[in-house]
Amino acid sequence: MATTLETSRQQPQTLAGRRLPTWSLPALAAGIVLLSLGLFAVTGLAGVADFVVFVLLAYLVLQTAISFSVEGRRQAVNRLFSAFVYGCFGLAALPLVLVLWYTVKKGLGVMSVKFLTVSMFRVNPDKPGGGIYHAIIGTVEQALLATLIAAPLGVLAAVYLVEYGGRRPFARAVSFFVDVMTGVPSIVAGLFIYAFWILALGFQKSGFAGALALFILMLPVVIRSTEEMLKLVPNELREASYALGVPKWRTILRIVLPTAMAGIVTGITLGVARIMGETAPLLLLVGTNSRIQTNPFAGQDAQRLQEALPTYIFEQFRDAVGNPDSPAAQRAWGAALTLIILIMLLTGLARLIARFARVRG
Amino acid sequence: MAKRIDVSGLNCYYGKFLAVADVSVEIEPRTVTAFIGPSGCGKSTVLRTLNRMHEVIPGARVEGKVMLDGEDIYGSAVDPVNVRRTIGMVFQRPNPFPTMSIYDNVAAGLRLSGVRGRGQLDEVVEKSLRGANLWNEVKDRLKKPGAGLSGGQQQRLCIARAIAVEPQVLLMDEPCSALDPISTLAIEDLIGKLKERYTIVIVTHNMQQAARVSDRTAFFNLPAFGEPGQLVEYDDTTKIFSNPGNPKTEEYITGRFG
Repeated sequence: MATTLETSRQQPQTLAGRRLPTWSLPALAAGIVLLSLGLFAVTGLAGVADFVVFVLLAYLVLQTAISFSVEGRRQAVNRLFSAFVYGCFGLAALPLVLVLWYTVKKGLGVMSVKFLTVSMFRVNPDKPGGGIYHAIIGTVEQALLATLIAAPLGVLAAVYLVEYGGRRPFARAVSFFVDVMTGVPSIVAGLFIYAFWILALGFQKSGFAGALALFILMLPVVIRSTEEMLKLVPNELREASYALGVPKWRTILRIVLPTAMAGIVTGITLGVARIMGETAPLLLLVGTNSRIQTNPFAGQDAQRLQEALPTYIFEQFRDAVGNPDSPAAQRAWGAALTLIILIMLLTGLARLIARFARVRG
Repeated sequence: MAKRIDVSGLNCYYGKFLAVADVSVEIEPRTVTAFIGPSGCGKSTVLRTLNRMHEVIPGARVEGKVMLDGEDIYGSAVDPVNVRRTIGMVFQRPNPFPTMSIYDNVAAGLRLSGVRGRGQLDEVVEKSLRGANLWNEVKDRLKKPGAGLSGGQQQRLCIARAIAVEPQVLLMDEPCSALDPISTLAIEDLIGKLKERYTIVIVTHNMQQAARVSDRTAFFNLPAFGEPGQLVEYDDTTKIFSNPGNPKTEEYITGRFG
């Protein structure tokens, strides 16, 4: 045993080993691309996807082989897995980039001040013109209403779970059902509000009914993220406050919540971003409308329900009946781009608030 | 102002585990009492029972009596919040409130228990910072965050915060263990000064420190692993360090174990 150990783990003679020069790998990549171009031109191979896969595989194999022969086994394995990890990152980022790029490309054409400031009232869906003003109002108001209910309730529920519940059965049950609620499909939340708010309590379809469904979807997100943030507040701060003779409720209000504020705000924003794009419950509970309705409580009787951006997109794609170049399809892409920008603005705003509210020092 | 503490037959539990058994000590007003002993022997636990901070830990409870000037702080009608307003505490690691400025940190105890009035707060903040030997270092940056100070300054800030609410007893749980010798000296000087007004109990791992600052010393020990810690000897500091009554104490202070 001892002899094999000694032979297999020899001390290196010098610390510096043979390394591939830094220019070699880019050069290798360029060479493979050129060779493959030639290969694809001459032989029957064709197609962009085939080309990309071919180049990547060839690069992976050749890089490993060259590295193995020059630098040895450990470096070759290192390079292979590095390439693998970078490749996986690229694969994961690809859909995100494509979605963004495609939406911008498709939506930018229709984007204008007019598009953002007029509704679809008296616009022929088959003709160009019209806008998304009514849908922006609906989305913002519904999201705001849902947030106004979900944020305080969610933060207070998290305070209960972390500061008071501990390991009590009730707190554990709440925690469990919060987890379950996180996975509730949005249409189920919509159906629940439909059955509870509209059928059982007899209210009408309205923007507010939609906001209620959004609130149900947002609540578990806020509770879970706030809970994690409160758990991060060091116990020493609570103890320092208790030791000054500060009651528990005041400690939570003045020490624990301000310390966790940045994270709580971020969690609420994530929740808002999650609900802004929800479509199914809004179709069920609000419906669509081409005119401006600033009152989210206006019911069916008012003949004018609130439009929202997701339902607007749905409506326009329906009107486009499969024609990707129709004005309706372009409006749908424009609305999609607006929705993404809206969510990005919101995220940016939350970052800003979090920066101002962040722990000093 | 300063009050005496009489502890008798104190048992401290964490859940079912008896951590410290049968402690009895009498702490005179305007003295410094040091708790020494090896790690895990329960000296910090005993200290935390003196202002009902022990029970903040889930499952922790106490048996026995802790009398503050004849009043049992574990009496059924006693509000722990009032106990902690009377008996302040400084922790091992400096823990200023990170969201607050230096001024707000010192004023926190008063503000959070409902005192308003700018003039009164200004006065208390200056007095407390002077009391903690920190005023001259921070008087020009009271609005800066407390977490931006050095470790030693932070600990003195925490002492200022603790004395701002005018407690009658000050408990210190290894207040210098995270500090350098110069900051330690500053805090030891401060303890000598605070002694004129407060009853002070200090837990320390540093026996020279115990010898320097305290009038009375309590030696705690762990008889064996898994058994509860116990109070071995409690006497004048000079006697403990020159002529201890118990051989275990002598072994510990001469560095033969622990």
